[in-house]
Amino acid sequence: MPLVTVLAIVLAIAAAAYLVARNRAARHVSGTIKQHSRNHYHGWWAALLAAVPAILFLVVWTIGTSVYLEQRIAGQLSAHAGAATIAGQSLQLSLVKSLAGGIRLLQDNGVTTIPGTFEELQPLLSAQGVALASDTQDYMIAMARDANAAADAAGLVGGMLAILLALAGAATGVHQVEPRARARNRVERLVLWALFGSSMVAILTTVGIILSMLFETIHFFREVPPLSFFFSTVWDPRFAAAGSEGSVGQFGLIPLLAGTLYISLVALLVAVPIGLMSAVYMAEYATSRMRSIVKPALELLAGIPTIVYGIFALVTLGPILRDLSAALTGGTPFIQAQSVFTAGLVMGIMLIPVVSSLSDDIITAVPRALRDGSLGLGATRSETIRKVILPAALPGIVGAILLTASRAIGETMIVVLAAGVAANLTLNPFEAMTTITVKIVNQLTGDLEFNSPQTLVAFALGITLFLVTLIMNIAALYVVRKYREQYE
Amino acid sequence: MTDATLAVLPDAPAKPRRDIGLRRRYAAERRFRVYGVVAISIGILFLAAMLFSVVTKGYSAFWQTAVHLPITFDEKVIDPSGKRATDPNVLVTANYPLLARDALAKRLGIASDDKAGLAQLKGFISDGVRVQLRDIVTADPSVLGSTRDVWVLASANIDSAFKGQIDLAIAEAGRKVSDQQVAWMNMLRDEGAMAGKFNTGLFTFGASSRPETSGMGVAIIGSLYMMLIVLVLALPIGVAASIYLEEFAPKNRLTDIIEVNINNLAAVPSIVYGLLGLAVFINFAGLPRSASVAGGLVLTLMTLPVIIIATRAALAAVPPSIHSAALGLGASKMQTVFQHVLPLAAPGILTGTIIGLARALGETAPLLLIGMVAFVADYPATPFDPATALPVQIYMWANEAERAFVERMSGAIIILLVFLMAMNITAIVLRRRFERRW
Repeated sequence: MPLVTVLAIVLAIAAAAYLVARNRAARHVSGTIKQHSRNHYHGWWAALLAAVPAILFLVVWTIGTSVYLEQRIAGQLSAHAGAATIAGQSLQLSLVKSLAGGIRLLQDNGVTTIPGTFEELQPLLSAQGVALASDTQDYMIAMARDANAAADAAGLVGGMLAILLALAGAATGVHQVEPRARARNRVERLVLWALFGSSMVAILTTVGIILSMLFETIHFFREVPPLSFFFSTVWDPRFAAAGSEGSVGQFGLIPLLAGTLYISLVALLVAVPIGLMSAVYMAEYATSRMRSIVKPALELLAGIPTIVYGIFALVTLGPILRDLSAALTGGTPFIQAQSVFTAGLVMGIMLIPVVSSLSDDIITAVPRALRDGSLGLGATRSETIRKVILPAALPGIVGAILLTASRAIGETMIVVLAAGVAANLTLNPFEAMTTITVKIVNQLTGDLEFNSPQTLVAFALGITLFLVTLIMNIAALYVVRKYREQYE
Repeated sequence: MTDATLAVLPDAPAKPRRDIGLRRRYAAERRFRVYGVVAISIGILFLAAMLFSVVTKGYSAFWQTAVHLPITFDEKVIDPSGKRATDPNVLVTANYPLLARDALAKRLGIASDDKAGLAQLKGFISDGVRVQLRDIVTADPSVLGSTRDVWVLASANIDSAFKGQIDLAIAEAGRKVSDQQVAWMNMLRDEGAMAGKFNTGLFTFGASSRPETSGMGVAIIGSLYMMLIVLVLALPIGVAASIYLEEFAPKNRLTDIIEVNINNLAAVPSIVYGLLGLAVFINFAGLPRSASVAGGLVLTLMTLPVIIIATRAALAAVPPSIHSAALGLGASKMQTVFQHVLPLAAPGILTGTIIGLARALGETAPLLLIGMVAFVADYPATPFDPATALPVQIYMWANEAERAFVERMSGAIIILLVFLMAMNITAIVLRRRFERRW
């Protein structure tokens, strides 16, 4: 029985339970005992009692049967074909699964007899648009049909059980309807659990991020020693066919980390002065009319997707800088089209609104008393800002700079398009360097099998990036919390 | 008495005023203000430069050059053996490019034995004419044997030349259009048979290796599916989590950990979400690789912290008097929250959601990792079919070298920016309209 049908039946039972319970509660309203909960709460309690256990059971059953079926097919395969490589086994498994899907498609379209040999089966399958590898064995057809039969049986049994559960729940819920029944409390407790579950999604996401990257990183460190990853200065992945000797390549983090930090430094050198000065000017000097024009303009800058910045660097700014440097030296350009300077400049432009809005909040939070006191003692406005307000806001500004730096380190699209892919280790900002994020994208958008070190290194890089930005965010929070002056 | 006294007092020597460097300090003050104005101007200048460069490169993508040709649907070419009644494939696989070439040759006055002239015809009109003519014939087979006027797309090189993007001053060998083709183009333009038409194909075509038949149709549908998935998943879960954290959570260790986590997740680089999606959704759960469903789930996880933070702010802004009044009238905590607080916080929640969706629409990096860099020519029928997204399509076109693709890429950026601006303006208008001052 298909899953959708069972689900529809369960939901229909729940809806019916709601109506029956609510009407039953309504009949008690005119009685002598005061009803504890409104009628619709009784209805909801019956409906939830019908639907929730049945749906939970269906989820567990579906996952369980698919795992069981896979084990069963794998067992049959290894009994039949003998030991093969892991890749061979998974290939055979996926062949059987595709066969099963194809046979089911044929049966849905009315083909009654399924031939026993692959030569006869293949044209039928291709007519339905199912293409299979030509080394499919005949015994796999029998296995696929067996798997289909088992899946159908499991689906039937699971569906029946789920419907029984739903009916039982509905009956219990309807039976419990009486004036003293605390239906509202029960329903509200269920809703509270649902709310709690939603907030656990955040923790699940973090745990998922860490675990998923950790497993692949551990696989990676089995093939490439951690010391050579963290301390080597050569990045040369040497894409080669898996299993061939000498194809491991060198995976050194240092050139990528240096590139990341250098480009972020250039970006911060551009963004912090401009952003801070704009924030100070807007907070202290600007008229409200100017604020109403400039603030939306800066928000617009913040809302532009980073790929647009990347393309601006690639198509417009890079060539302009290169031609400018060629004109300056009269011939050979010293700024490459893709360089640290270009990428850092464009990233700085992107970060200006980030710095500006964070600093704006911090500067306006400094109490007026400090400002008025300084002005009252005869300081000019710029002296007040430089000597009183900025020092008072300093912890917050340092926190803002750290947050901006962590954003710069994690930025991908601008550097993919504007920085190079050559893992260079140089101090010259006019040459190309590459970053961690560019390499993650490069290593994962090729045609590589998943378990080779070339692909797994992306996860190692990813977890490094995650930890670095995590540490910077925590440092920002810590700095702000520890050094913030508590004003009344 | 006093005034006279004051007037006749001997002049005491005026005390010299102490030099407190007032001039220097006022000059420093003026300089400081100038720095501020310069900083703001630099920011606005960069914004203007970016918008200008995008718009000037992209506005020409919105129209496409087409040639008005009378095409004779010659039965002898399409169905020489007269088998179309029994074999439907005949109409599908007929030699339509030949029809188009003959029509063009006739229009330009080239004799059918002029080999050199016919060679120059190659690359004048788009190869997509095959599909266009095939669709006309299969839709209405009675057109066979008649002559119809059809607007046929010009090829990408001719299109660029027509829009003046190719430098015609350099030698013929160094450019993609020959002098003869340019002469024909000018002649057809003067006769009114060649003109720019609004490029609906930019919005409806799928991916293609030819610029003139490629468009963002698949990307727009893919992005739409993903935005729908984000809306359906992230909004309920985000609001539920915020309600729990804001109203019901006890002040204990677990709540602290959840809050720290959410703040962290808002600052995690987007590429890490892409890695999560690759490892969990594609490898572990086995979702199809370039499907909108995987992209939608990854973007949901990214948008969740944004929605949670915005919703918490909206819920916190509802004054406590509303809580107290509802509780005092006998409502339970859950009833207070769902029936009184949540409706009042709804505008703030809505604004936060729209801003979160706008951020998700512009994200590229996580989608690159889950395989949405794909050449998809057909519209995805369901979210489980291969698709691509708007920013990823822009990225793919950025990697092409042809000039016509650069123009299309800039046109796609204009469309993306228009969508984002529309969403942001909607959010601002809604916020202004429904904002309540307590």
